[in-house]
Amino acid sequence: METQIKNDNSVDSPLVDEGSSVQIKVLFFARARDITGLTELPLDVSSGSTTQDCLNKLVVKFPSLEEICGCIVLALNEEYTTESAIVKDRDELAIIPPISGG
Amino acid sequence: MAGEEKTLVEILEENNQIDLAKYINYVSAPQAGAIATFSGTTRDTFEGKTVVELRYEAYVPMAIRCIKSICASARSSWDLHSIAAVHRLGTVPVGETSVFIAVSATHRADALDACKFLIDELKASVPIWKKEVYSNGEVWKENSEFMERRFELGKNGGGCCNGRKTETKTHSRKGCCATKVKVNDERAGVLDISPR
Repeated sequence: METQIKNDNSVDSPLVDEGSSVQIKVLFFARARDITGLTELPLDVSSGSTTQDCLNKLVVKFPSLEEICGCIVLALNEEYTTESAIVKDRDELAIIPPISGG
Repeated sequence: MAGEEKTLVEILEENNQIDLAKYINYVSAPQAGAIATFSGTTRDTFEGKTVVELRYEAYVPMAIRCIKSICASARSSWDLHSIAAVHRLGTVPVGETSVFIAVSATHRADALDACKFLIDELKASVPIWKKEVYSNGEVWKENSEFMERRFELGKNGGGCCNGRKTETKTHSRKGCCATKVKVNDERAGVLDISPR
């Protein structure tokens, strides 16, 4: 028997957020803040993005960030993280240039 | 109450001098026969250049979290009574203390070793930055301890501390962005959070 297939995928998939975006808060410190001129910035990225994806997007916005990319580390929600960590909505991503406490 | 084991971590906002006696008193206890302290103060020269002052800023919530984690790690490695760790933000003139650590223990070996560990770890992993101000420029400093450790920081669940005493190996120190930067703005902006 023939069934009519609706091609509209969005109707019955309220829990699937592929293709939607998340918003994170990016914090800039020290040299990173000097470069961007900002202490913080909301950033929209597609769902499933990694911290590296976020960083890439920031470099597009602020090309001079490139010069410190080699020596920064990232922190997600106040913990050091890797470039492959996936960001979620309302996460806080900190751009951490080489530290010099003490 | 006086003999309880405790840990105090503070980040002081600008223009607050560190009261060393307060923290020594905090860690003092009848059963602790040893108190070891470290005080980091602003030096007047760096590589022949005259230092006018240091200016500190921090990612405060994460810095507090990191220092607490380092304290927990110290407790797992040494038999300690109390720990106090305080870092000042803002301008710290020559001769003044920017960071102070006090550790008490029954025996001095534990207190002394833990104290060294605490400051070494703080310099390797706690998100605090200082700008060194000279008469003709200023530069963001970079701790070599961090540069050696930075590739490991995000791993193992993202902790600030590896959880054990680490032998620091001397990797090549990449000062990739350590070139002197002249900054025109007088104030780079400091995150303030009132101390708890």
